[in-house]
Amino acid sequence: MLFLPLIGAAILLLINREKKGLIQWVCFAFTLSDFFLSLFLFIFFDATTHEMQFVEKIPWIKGFGISYHLGIDGISLFLVLLTTFLSVLAVLSSFKAINEKVKEYMVFMLLLETGMLGVFMALDLFLFFIFWEAMLIPMYFLIGVFGGQRKVYAAVKFIIYTMAGSTLMLIAIVFLYYFHLNTTGEATFDLMKLYQISIPLKYQIWLFLAFALSFSIKVPLFPFHTWLPDAHVEAPTAGSVILAGVLLKMGIYGFLRFCLPLFPVASMKFAPLFAILGIIGIIYGALVAMMQEDIKSLVAYSSVSHLGFVILGVFTFNLQGLQGGVIQMINHGISTGALFLVVGMLYERRHTRMIKDFGGISKQMPLFAVCFMIVSLSSLALPGLNGFVGEFLILVGAFKAKKLYAVFAALGVILSAIYLLWMYQRVMFGELKNPENKGLKDLSAREVVVLVPLLVMIFVIGIYPHPFLSRMEVSIAHLLSQVNKVERVAVIDHNANKRYDNLLKRMEK
Amino acid sequence: MTTAVSQLDLYMMAPAFILVATSIILLLFGAFQKGKKGLPYICLLGILLSFIVSVMLWNSRGYAFSKMIAVDNYSLFFHFIFLIATGLSVLISTDYLRVRGIESGEYYALLLLTVFGMILMASGLNLIIIFLGLEILSLSLYILTGFDRGEIRSIESSMKYFLLGAFATGFLLYGIALVYGASGSLRLDEIARFIKNNGMSHPLMFFMGTGLLIVGFGFKIASVPFHVWTPDVYEGAPTPVTAFMSIGAKAAGFAAFVRILMFAFGTEVHWVPLLWVLSALTMTLGNVVAISQTNIKRMLAYSAIAHTGYLLIGMVAKSSLGLHGILFYLLAYTFMNIGAFTVVIFLGKNGEENLNLEDYCGLGSKKPLLAGAMAIFMFSLSGIPPTAGFMGKFYLFSAAIKEGYIWLAVLGVMNSLISVYYYLRIVVLMYMKESVKEIGQPSLYLNLICALLITSFVTLYLGLFPSFSLSLIQQVFMVL
Repeated sequence: MLFLPLIGAAILLLINREKKGLIQWVCFAFTLSDFFLSLFLFIFFDATTHEMQFVEKIPWIKGFGISYHLGIDGISLFLVLLTTFLSVLAVLSSFKAINEKVKEYMVFMLLLETGMLGVFMALDLFLFFIFWEAMLIPMYFLIGVFGGQRKVYAAVKFIIYTMAGSTLMLIAIVFLYYFHLNTTGEATFDLMKLYQISIPLKYQIWLFLAFALSFSIKVPLFPFHTWLPDAHVEAPTAGSVILAGVLLKMGIYGFLRFCLPLFPVASMKFAPLFAILGIIGIIYGALVAMMQEDIKSLVAYSSVSHLGFVILGVFTFNLQGLQGGVIQMINHGISTGALFLVVGMLYERRHTRMIKDFGGISKQMPLFAVCFMIVSLSSLALPGLNGFVGEFLILVGAFKAKKLYAVFAALGVILSAIYLLWMYQRVMFGELKNPENKGLKDLSAREVVVLVPLLVMIFVIGIYPHPFLSRMEVSIAHLLSQVNKVERVAVIDHNANKRYDNLLKRMEK
Repeated sequence: MTTAVSQLDLYMMAPAFILVATSIILLLFGAFQKGKKGLPYICLLGILLSFIVSVMLWNSRGYAFSKMIAVDNYSLFFHFIFLIATGLSVLISTDYLRVRGIESGEYYALLLLTVFGMILMASGLNLIIIFLGLEILSLSLYILTGFDRGEIRSIESSMKYFLLGAFATGFLLYGIALVYGASGSLRLDEIARFIKNNGMSHPLMFFMGTGLLIVGFGFKIASVPFHVWTPDVYEGAPTPVTAFMSIGAKAAGFAAFVRILMFAFGTEVHWVPLLWVLSALTMTLGNVVAISQTNIKRMLAYSAIAHTGYLLIGMVAKSSLGLHGILFYLLAYTFMNIGAFTVVIFLGKNGEENLNLEDYCGLGSKKPLLAGAMAIFMFSLSGIPPTAGFMGKFYLFSAAIKEGYIWLAVLGVMNSLISVYYYLRIVVLMYMKESVKEIGQPSLYLNLICALLITSFVTLYLGLFPSFSLSLIQQVFMVL
């Protein structure tokens, strides 16, 4: 499944570049079949265990104990699904938007898909890092070649920022490897084995920071977010969809898969910091989004805000918060992906994204207006739609962890309602002032096909989230137990040390 | 000790002697034959023969000429690197020389003599042999640098290289003399034994000696602050020669450098902090200055300096893993760097044209395959997986981390980050900018295409499946 898109890319390379239609459909077929494959994973997934499932393990570089080791659990399952799902839509949505260099575009899309899937499935740290870095290349080209006016700036900024984070992570990975080698005598990058060792706090803090920096840039957490609006605004629609829908999730996924279980004590120590950064992100993102004149950058900043929620949920360290965080990741992928698609459709018609250029479009495009409305509402977490489930769970979790967190985070919910509805109002309602907007056509059949699956998902998760929550519950509970267990051990150690010290003192007396 | 040359000696040195014999044949052919067509193929044949003999010698671990020369896996691995680099250089030279009208037997003969020098450097167990190898290498390279007689810059760079190189040789010789004075021997194993038994009996002399050796080799491998010649010479020399010496001279320098420092002075570590500083300075300066270059050859020159810095990390780490890293990195670097220069030659169709970075604008749409290959090399040079460059850096940095030089490793990754900027700028120009200048259709250069295919394939192969070459490298150090 992982390499299906890669095969697709290889086949595309063989097709004559003039046959655009053929290329598009072949690419679409590959993403679609990959999606069906991932549906099998969903159906046959065993929700009662936290063990990794569908494991594949082949030794790769023996000298270093590196193996090609894949597997998924309840957390990565959904990210894999999200990836294949959004890839299909992204390819479909760019049939019309991309007219030149179709072949390169589709090849990069498929390469990107392989890279993303690899990141979510890899259970070997080295393999993970390879995918993590290799995936930057196609994204870099997607932004840089097919982007808007400031594409080069955005592409370079994107790659430099993310590389800056990952280089330090590489050092941390290698350090971890040698730590494991020295303590157990076994050379391995296998994540499952690395989970077993407990690392002294002194190292944990550094390692955690190195990993966290990389993931925070990717998320992006508040002070590291500046690359995101540039990348989003300049990327082609499908690129934005993938970027928002999947790439940003890799940061969160990294926190869940690596930072928390590998460095539980350090994570606990830094939890308040990250929760607060998350909250700052929520409010800051929302406020900045409100001021945007470009719809796309508004959506980009709303991503910063939403991902702040996710981070907050992750660092509450309770079941609700974490579950909310994971489901919110999926939601954000769907809603924001849909928002970018909708904006892209507008852009294809008018070649502008400025809010002030629009107004009163709902009369021209009633179908479009409905879709846009649902998507916006889902993004601002209306009860009954998907966004609500996630944000509600996160708020519950935050309330449990610290009441003040929930208070501030709730502010974000209100703000998001303001900026989204205000934008919607300015774009869709009011007088049809701009004469250029008169001839706008409503959604075409292909566009409806693109949007409908997303809308369905919005309702399904909103009304009946059980199949999703149940599949991730065990894994998340296991993750929590990993964190808490170690913490308890650390506390016990600490107490033992204290007692020992006291004993010594008494003996001295 | 016998003075006669035994059969065994000849067999052990066969790879080197084949090269010398071929170069003499080439000289004769070049002088007496009118058509120059066959020359490169004779040259390639010699290289191939030598390569085969080297493969046959693998794992033999022998000495030649009363232990002046060691034929062990370490030197044989370097044989491979040198021969591959030379073979590729021959491939990329032919069309270049023909177009410039300077095709001649001497060129190939000198190329092979250079390799002879390199092999001596890599296998010498005696400081004099190493010095001889270095001299043969340097003299041939001085001539090759100035080989394009009609081009004033070629001659100028040759002159510069010669003057500075002569100084460096002087330093090296002084270093050898001081080491001899301090330890009483020129043989590496005896020096090592002396240090082990007596410690630093003459600390000042030893210290000065190693310092001067580092200066001499630092010049050859283009380490800061002995690097000033590099950009000028790289820019002025004919491009295939630049490609050749960026690999060959560097690999040979490292081969001898590593052998001397690790095996003769291995128990004394006073040079480690010195190399730490050199490594940090070299990669930082190389990368930072490379950012502002507008000429591709100069940019690659500074990038070569930066890569010397990375390689020095492996020496600082001073463990078997560090040495693994150096060998693997040199192998990877051979392919990716020659590959990059191949693209440069391809574009400079009349020799020295289209050397500005702007000339790469829009290459992606005009020549997709060429641009694709270049992109692979650039990604590899900047160390992005899944390419050979990433694997190499991974080994070097992990060696540093293992030995506790974490800050050096951090500095290393920071530097690769800087390098991403200027390497990717070429990718940006190729794919994301419109072309400003029409680049005419180059005629089909079969040899160049061959070289391009080999280098780009191996760059990816080493990145994805490094196991084979790694096991070779492990054999190197198992026997040692």
